[in-house]
Amino acid sequence: MLQLNRDDLLRAYRQMKTIREFEERVHVEFANGAIPGFVHLYAGEEASAVGVCLHLREDVDHIASTHRGHGHCIAKGCDVDGMMLEIFGKDGGLCNGKGGSMHIADLDKGMMGANGIVGGGPPLICGAALAAKTLKTGGVAIAFVGDGGSNQGTTFEAMNLAAVWKLPAIFIFENNGYAEATSSKFSVSCGDIANRAVGFGMPGKIVDGHDFFAVHEAAQEAIERARNGDGPSLLEFKLNRYYGHFEGDAQTYRGKDEVKKLRESIDCIARFRGRVTETKLLENKQLDAIDKEVDGHIAGALAKAKAAAYPKPEALFTDVYAAY
Amino acid sequence: MARKLSFRQSINEALAQEMARDPRVVIMGEDVSGGTGSPGEQDAWGGPLGVTKGLHSKFGAARVLDTPISESGFIGAAVGAAAAGLRPVAELMFVDFMGVCFDQIFNQAAKFRYMFGGKATTPVVIRTMFGGGFRAAAQHSQCLYSIFTHIPGLKCVVPSSPYEAKGLLIQAIRDDDPVIFFEHKMLYDVEEEVPEGAYTIPFGEANILRDGKDVTVVALGRMVTLAMQAAQALAKEGIQCEVIDPRTTSPLDMDTIVESVGNTGRLVVVDESHPRCNMATDIAAVVAQEAFDSLKAPVRMVTGPHTPVPFSPALEDLYLPSADKIAAAVRQATRKAAA
Repeated sequence: MLQLNRDDLLRAYRQMKTIREFEERVHVEFANGAIPGFVHLYAGEEASAVGVCLHLREDVDHIASTHRGHGHCIAKGCDVDGMMLEIFGKDGGLCNGKGGSMHIADLDKGMMGANGIVGGGPPLICGAALAAKTLKTGGVAIAFVGDGGSNQGTTFEAMNLAAVWKLPAIFIFENNGYAEATSSKFSVSCGDIANRAVGFGMPGKIVDGHDFFAVHEAAQEAIERARNGDGPSLLEFKLNRYYGHFEGDAQTYRGKDEVKKLRESIDCIARFRGRVTETKLLENKQLDAIDKEVDGHIAGALAKAKAAAYPKPEALFTDVYAAY
Repeated sequence: MARKLSFRQSINEALAQEMARDPRVVIMGEDVSGGTGSPGEQDAWGGPLGVTKGLHSKFGAARVLDTPISESGFIGAAVGAAAAGLRPVAELMFVDFMGVCFDQIFNQAAKFRYMFGGKATTPVVIRTMFGGGFRAAAQHSQCLYSIFTHIPGLKCVVPSSPYEAKGLLIQAIRDDDPVIFFEHKMLYDVEEEVPEGAYTIPFGEANILRDGKDVTVVALGRMVTLAMQAAQALAKEGIQCEVIDPRTTSPLDMDTIVESVGNTGRLVVVDESHPRCNMATDIAAVVAQEAFDSLKAPVRMVTGPHTPVPFSPALEDLYLPSADKIAAAVRQATRKAAA
């Protein structure tokens, strides 16, 4: 915490609030029928994406994400207006309306995409890490993976490969307790995902994913290790999602009042706010001003997305190949 | 005098020349060097059939990377590396192994550019061995290029000779899209004259190996050699075959095929694949749409049967298309018209 200056803290708060506000608004708009397709919301997990990505450079560092990718996009610096346009399937979206929520990406920002395939990302970040190592950019590559993705063979293969090739790669498991509707208590054979690190010859650590500062510190250690050429690490963040697997999920598999209690008792943003105001690093009025600003920003993004045109018919046929 | 190279050597030379030209080109795969971490020699294998032999010694461990037997891991890594600035050539030892890594090819590599609104460029080449005749049986002998051809975003190359292999592989490495490069394992020892310098053969431009007025014969990969043998035999009977090698199945040069059928009125397609949903049915369908009025006889297809590839030489020889089978199909096509 001591290494974070006031500007860093303000940036972190702004990003976490942006993700929360973005997701809350998307939740409402989806329920209203304004957003097509599948949407998986990140609300409740903000400290993970932001605590990690605060360490990253836009130009040389890469991340790969999951179905639940909006938070990672925002934390990695993707344009929020473009994201909202994309999720609405509109022209000018981050992927020109061809990706949508599940494939939202911006390679110019080192964001290799949300991924519609569970466990799709880990092999890809091995490649980004190999590119960083080969081209000597000093970059690192991080896969965000869910507890569901932790059980995929691709993930195991990628962790082994990263260790064998000693890549600047980090595997971050956001364990929110449920892969779709199935508990990680059932599906993760070894209890804690972090226990698997030893099997792949890399350090592994369990972190309270609601604690921005714990996330930030653990990520720093892993990223420094990667940048120093000492190879990959595994981090398991224990956290919770405030919404269902996808929007429209009735969540009958969750405990009675589980989400309500979670929202009341465990909010990573409220915790952050408590810490920084109690220690007098930031003042409530500064944070209130950010709240207001973010609120306006997301409202503006939403208005633009609603007003925007859909892609033109000819867009169906473009960007299949670089040249064909 | 131009020197002769084997199919194997021409691929090796293409890789070496492109690696020398562009430091972003790296090679990865199972035993592409061989010997990594082992007590004996490094560069012990150069791939199971020696295609990449010597590249590790020439370019070093940072650019010729042995991998664990872990196709999802390293094919995915090649795809990710391509999206992040390298130009990897990954070796999927046998195309039959697509089953353990296909997601990274068809859901990731093939779709990045489109899904990401044109912002992604994924210049990865996946070299893979295919085809029967090696007595390698059901899990090491399939063709499967039609499965990859089906996927938008992928390009599929099926070279038929050493000259073709070098020019098409250099094109593949310089190409900005994901390319699957199919090497028929029975062609590796075939030799022909190959220019020493680097050259490219463009994708989507079929090669007419032999002009003929009577029948158009389209063949891919090793089948091109068999089609030429059949054409020579048939010439003695007075049947002139026009033999076309499409070179790439995606993009596919249908214009050349349709134009040829317009002249000959008859089509025989030779495809080592199983008979359903393969390149032969695909080409026949396009010809039926584009050149129906030119056809003087039903289109004939020479393919493997709807069975896995058998092990026993006696059975595998029955399974595979041959020059005799091709000649018989051509005769059928011409007889039908005469009747």
